[in-house]
Amino acid sequence: MEKLQYKLPSSPSAASGDAVLVGVTASGNCEVLVERGDLPACVIDVHTSAIGFAPIWQAVLADFSKRHAAGGLNIEIHDVGATPAVVSLRLDQALEVWEGRHV
Amino acid sequence: MNMNQHNWRHGLVSKAARMARALDLTEGRRVAAGDATALLERVIECGDRVCVEGNNQKQADFLARALTRVDPAQIHDLHLVQSVVALPEHMALFDKGIAREIDFSFSGPQATRLAGLVEAGKIHINAIHTYLELFARYFIDLTPNVAIIAAEAADAAGNLYTGPNTEDTPAIVEATAFKNGIVIAQVNEIRSALPRVDIPADWVDYIIVAPKPNYIEPLFTRDPAQISEIQVLMAMMVIKGIYAEYGVKRLNHGIGFDTAAIELLLPTYAASLGLKGKICTHWALNPHPALIPAIEAGFVESVHSFGSELGMEAYIAARPDVFFTGADGSMRSNRAFSQTAGHYACDLFIGSTLQIDLQGNSSTATKGRIAGFGGAPNMGADARGRRHESPAWLKAGEEARQGRNVMPRGRKLVVQMVETFREHMAPAFVERLDAWDLAQTMGLANPPVMIFGDDVTHVVTEEGIANLLLCRDLDEREQAIRGVAGYTSVGLRRDRRKVDELRARGVIRRAEDIGILRREATRDLLAARSVKDLVRASGGLYHPPSRFRNW
Repeated sequence: MEKLQYKLPSSPSAASGDAVLVGVTASGNCEVLVERGDLPACVIDVHTSAIGFAPIWQAVLADFSKRHAAGGLNIEIHDVGATPAVVSLRLDQALEVWEGRHV
Repeated sequence: MNMNQHNWRHGLVSKAARMARALDLTEGRRVAAGDATALLERVIECGDRVCVEGNNQKQADFLARALTRVDPAQIHDLHLVQSVVALPEHMALFDKGIAREIDFSFSGPQATRLAGLVEAGKIHINAIHTYLELFARYFIDLTPNVAIIAAEAADAAGNLYTGPNTEDTPAIVEATAFKNGIVIAQVNEIRSALPRVDIPADWVDYIIVAPKPNYIEPLFTRDPAQISEIQVLMAMMVIKGIYAEYGVKRLNHGIGFDTAAIELLLPTYAASLGLKGKICTHWALNPHPALIPAIEAGFVESVHSFGSELGMEAYIAARPDVFFTGADGSMRSNRAFSQTAGHYACDLFIGSTLQIDLQGNSSTATKGRIAGFGGAPNMGADARGRRHESPAWLKAGEEARQGRNVMPRGRKLVVQMVETFREHMAPAFVERLDAWDLAQTMGLANPPVMIFGDDVTHVVTEEGIANLLLCRDLDEREQAIRGVAGYTSVGLRRDRRKVDELRARGVIRRAEDIGILRREATRDLLAARSVKDLVRASGGLYHPPSRFRNW
């Protein structure tokens, strides 16, 4: 198990409210939790079962924070060994739910 | 008699001598199962070319085992010529020194052991072929001296019924029986009357009833429960961005979950786009259980098959408008004809691979594995001998020319569909194929490439579609591939400006460029989400093997 943390610049998220959870860890799926944070940046905590892929996480998450207005959010990811494709899809879904529910 | 007269009958004389040696073991054509090894020792000679029928499904497993028991001091240096070496017994022949060299097509589960035997110098691989290429050589320079085949049943006269899993048998027997070779069949049973005759008795020399029915591998069954959202997303891109745009009606699919996802989206997603009757009507394909919902929805008009698939027999027999069936009602497959159909009469092949390089060359040969290619190179290659026209073929040809003033001709669509990372984060895109190193180990002049880059027209990943037909030079082709290679090191090293330009020109298209919302890519779109759903869709006619039943 490896724990990684990234603080990435991103446009501020307009939404607020209760935390949003997408995916289910127990079913072997990548799980993403989105909630309002204290910093202007997008803070992402990654709990990953695959060790040694920090540069790939950096690239995946940097693209994500450019693609979405995720500034001021805390995001927690439990990847269960998911590929970057699954992680990106799950992050997009989580952000869509976050924005849809709270705008 | 002229003293110098040439003897033109060496082959017949040799066959008669071999059969005379086995006379005391036979009763008509019948030989007892317990005498199988003795029979093989009498009729096989050192250095013979031997085909132990092994397809990617049906296996002459009892006789393969019998062959491993011959005395290596007496029978050695055999040259195996067969499409598939999938059984441990095939490898044991080399371990024991009974066989020495091999010409084959596919090794599947033995890929690692085969690489080990090459390394140990116990096996010499002359060449890895496509199925069609190996069958072709049966009729030129690799004609078997002895063919050991598998059939479902024989009658008293010696006619054979090979049934739905006919597969390679007709090609093997025709080459052997008509060139003085010996044909030995293992059958599951003797029946007083056969459902139909697949191989006539006078092409067969010996028949042995095996103690157990021959093994058949359910190689083409994909459990829909294991299809991921990413695979659904890629399948949507293929349907909307390729099948619909080129109007692909005649095609062949590979065996992976990626293409199973496409099959399961036809009655749902493709139908919602109004594509029923416009795409995917005619197939060269094994009877994939995943195709059942599309067949039931009336999407599919015709399917010709290389082999059968366990559990599909009753369903196939109940759908004779779709499948090729005999007067008895059961299917007749034929790998040689279906491969020919896939090569010449299909407008598109789509399949997966293990590694793709910067020019689109792909190979399933990776470090420590010699897997072979099976049919992929024939399906996944432009048919240069094709002349008949179709809209898909013409459009692909037009894109490849891009207005250049050259003789117009069509092109086959060859699509490689891969997730950028496979399981355990193994990248599908590499700077250099492992096949280069393998060529050295195997002593080949060229790396064993499955599908050459210049035959590939599209590469599809979760990041989008790269249309290689529209690339003007090798540099563009490299950037188009990097541009869909995601977060692999090949993808991260893209020239972002060039990739943006390729996207503006439509060479690279993202899901959103084709009008697909990523969030719509859910498993709810699959027409069946489990094997049980497939059984239900078949009206209870599909009987999956027990390992696919979890209810």
